[in-house]
Amino acid sequence: ALATAPVAGVAKTVQLPFGNGTRPLVRFPQKRELILLTTRPPQLETPFEVFNHGLITPNDAFFVRYHLSGLPDAINPATFRLKIGGHVGKPLELSLASLKRDFPVQEIVAVNQCSGNSRGFVEPRVGGGQLGNGAMGNARWRGVPLKALLDKAGLREGARQVTFNGLDNPPLDGIPDFVKALDIDHARDGEVMVAYQMNGQDLPFLNGYPLRLIVPGHYGTSWVKHLDEINVVNAQFDGYWMKTAYRIPDNDCNCLVPGQKPDKTKPIGRFNVRSFVTSHADGARVAARQTVELRGIAFAGGSNIARVLLSTDDGQSWQEARLGEDLGRYSFREWRLGLALQAGAHRIKVRAVTADGEAQPLEQRWQPAGYMRNVVETIRLEVA
Amino acid sequence: MRREPLVLIAAAALVPAAIAARPLTYSAPAETTPAELADAEGELVVNACSTCHSLEYIVTQPRGKGAQFWKDSVAKMVNVYKAPVEPADADAVAAALARKFG
Ligand code: HEC
Repeated sequence: ALATAPVAGVAKTVQLPFGNGTRPLVRFPQKRELILLTTRPPQLETPFEVFNHGLITPNDAFFVRYHLSGLPDAINPATFRLKIGGHVGKPLELSLASLKRDFPVQEIVAVNQCSGNSRGFVEPRVGGGQLGNGAMGNARWRGVPLKALLDKAGLREGARQVTFNGLDNPPLDGIPDFVKALDIDHARDGEVMVAYQMNGQDLPFLNGYPLRLIVPGHYGTSWVKHLDEINVVNAQFDGYWMKTAYRIPDNDCNCLVPGQKPDKTKPIGRFNVRSFVTSHADGARVAARQTVELRGIAFAGGSNIARVLLSTDDGQSWQEARLGEDLGRYSFREWRLGLALQAGAHRIKVRAVTADGEAQPLEQRWQPAGYMRNVVETIRLEVA
Repeated sequence: MRREPLVLIAAAALVPAAIAARPLTYSAPAETTPAELADAEGELVVNACSTCHSLEYIVTQPRGKGAQFWKDSVAKMVNVYKAPVEPADADAVAAALARKFG
């Protein structure tokens, strides 16, 4: 097909499929054209087609989320230091060279997903970043296990949590700085890591250069960017972004009746299970009675994807898809299924089930902040 | 057998010979005033609400949520994030947003 040149001065836009979903496509430093949510601080969403091009999301297409607009304007890798202090035996100040030279190297393929990914689809609608499904990505992260850094600093008796702060700051003093915390056992599980590379390259600036925390299976809010301060504390950390923001209903479904207020909450943690069709967009046309291969991705918060099921009759019957390459239990997992469909309009549903038996819900669950959407996705195919 | 997601690699094998040491800089692309706020009533919003973040935060919110949604949004900015907005201005901003987007 012929590519249409963009008209000078006329911004390209995309339409996310919910009300007030028109968004510009823009280029930010080190990024290809992405879907703009906000300019300051930058919030960018990955166009969904990217997820059909491979299991690894390229660095220049990876989504971007900041809270606070005080971004550093320059980061010098020669003078940058990672400080590890607080309730430790020996506080550390590490250069990037020391981090790369003096500690074990670890690699993990893991999905990062925004807590509010897909918030724009939540009904009834809720305030917050109105994202489509593109605030997620899967990358191969390389860095140092956090455990190795904490062992080197030496935890003192009574250490309870570890806090993480980065170089991005509040634009005004009244706004709480973005600091996150993990329980000590989680921080020392050998999987949480401090990454300096993403898909074999330095982290892009907007994804946290030069270091970011990787918390496999957990929502992106914990994956602190431009990480330069790790602090061990001997109490429950009560900063705003842990104690007040990023809380979910503390009940079995982590959900509420729309409009209800939760009586008990807890910090958001692991992903729930999700799956998507990537090979066909909603409303795509395909030929009747010929085998069409559908393809997509599934992922969860740390349990392997065991099964991916497809329904072509709006959920009355389900067929099992084949699973593709296994890049580990925190990665996107590919699925494929060939289907020969009769002429007409079909509603195709995709549902993933983990090895632990967690399955995507058939009905949407609702949270006041619009987090953790994972209802079974449905696309329409026009078969003719 | 379950494949472990982690790969540990001997550190020495991977350290690049020289570590690139040039500062990485970031300059934000230019911001524009959204068309929905480009009138006289919008000017109040632009003045009160663009200190800390760009105005897309406001215009991308769902429409039709009603006046209370905008009152609550402005109250959160003032009470939680300490937005330097006088109470009278806060009320006027909430009312303007409710008229435009409520
Ligand atoms: C003192 C700083 C400050 C000012 C001034 C300010 N805001 Fe905000 N606003 C914030 C912060 C911080 C956030 C959260 C940003 C994030 O999480 O990405 C935010 C987010 C928002 C959001 C997104 C929903 C949410 O709660 O995260 C809306 C809508 C919003 N602001 C509206 C307004 C309006 C309307 C005004 C003017 C009355 C305003 N803001 C002025 C700091 C401010």
